[in-house]
Amino acid sequence: MTEPSVALAELTEISTQIESAVLFDADGKVVAATIPQERAAQVATSAKALLEQAGQIGEGELTQVEASTEEGSLFVVKDSTTMIAASTSAEPTAGLVFYDLKSALRAAAEPPAMPKPKAAAKPKPKRATPPKSSGTS
Amino acid sequence: MGRRRLIALGFVVGSLLGIGLYARRGRSSERVDLYFADGSLVSLYSDSPEAAPLLVHARDALRAARR
Repeated sequence: MTEPSVALAELTEISTQIESAVLFDADGKVVAATIPQERAAQVATSAKALLEQAGQIGEGELTQVEASTEEGSLFVVKDSTTMIAASTSAEPTAGLVFYDLKSALRAAAEPPAMPKPKAAAKPKPKRATPPKSSGTS
Repeated sequence: MGRRRLIALGFVVGSLLGIGLYARRGRSSERVDLYFADGSLVSLYSDSPEAAPLLVHARDALRAARR
């Protein structure tokens, strides 16, 4: 499995726009983050509250949110079990940021890559027993 | 005479365009975009009552992320 922390490290490495990212579950518990735990917990709490409140506005299922403020933008993307919140500077390229966040969510949720099983040792072919010579030719 | 009118008209059109762009820029500085599973998008600008509490949460999260 791509470790969630590895997925986030790759995310911040790939995207020049994303300053920090926090991966959290449906209860708001931090799974991984690029910032210290205490701050990550606050980000998760606020992002979860944002999603919950925003979810009451539309009629359909809310999947992602971009909140643009003068200080910067907050992006939140959710899938069935986990959510990711990311902060960017002001006026980012929203499409790219959403794409990178969804990729990170997918990478973090991937099932563990099973190690390749060792090929079973082939049984050595049995030597054909030479016909017993009768001693007479 | 015709040339003066043309210049005046150009000035008026330019001013209106400038005012429109300025108003649009000011309006779009703070907003919340909500994307739904069916592909629909709802944009809430800071002057809408629904956006205000969402922007509070967003500012809290941004502050915590950058502290």
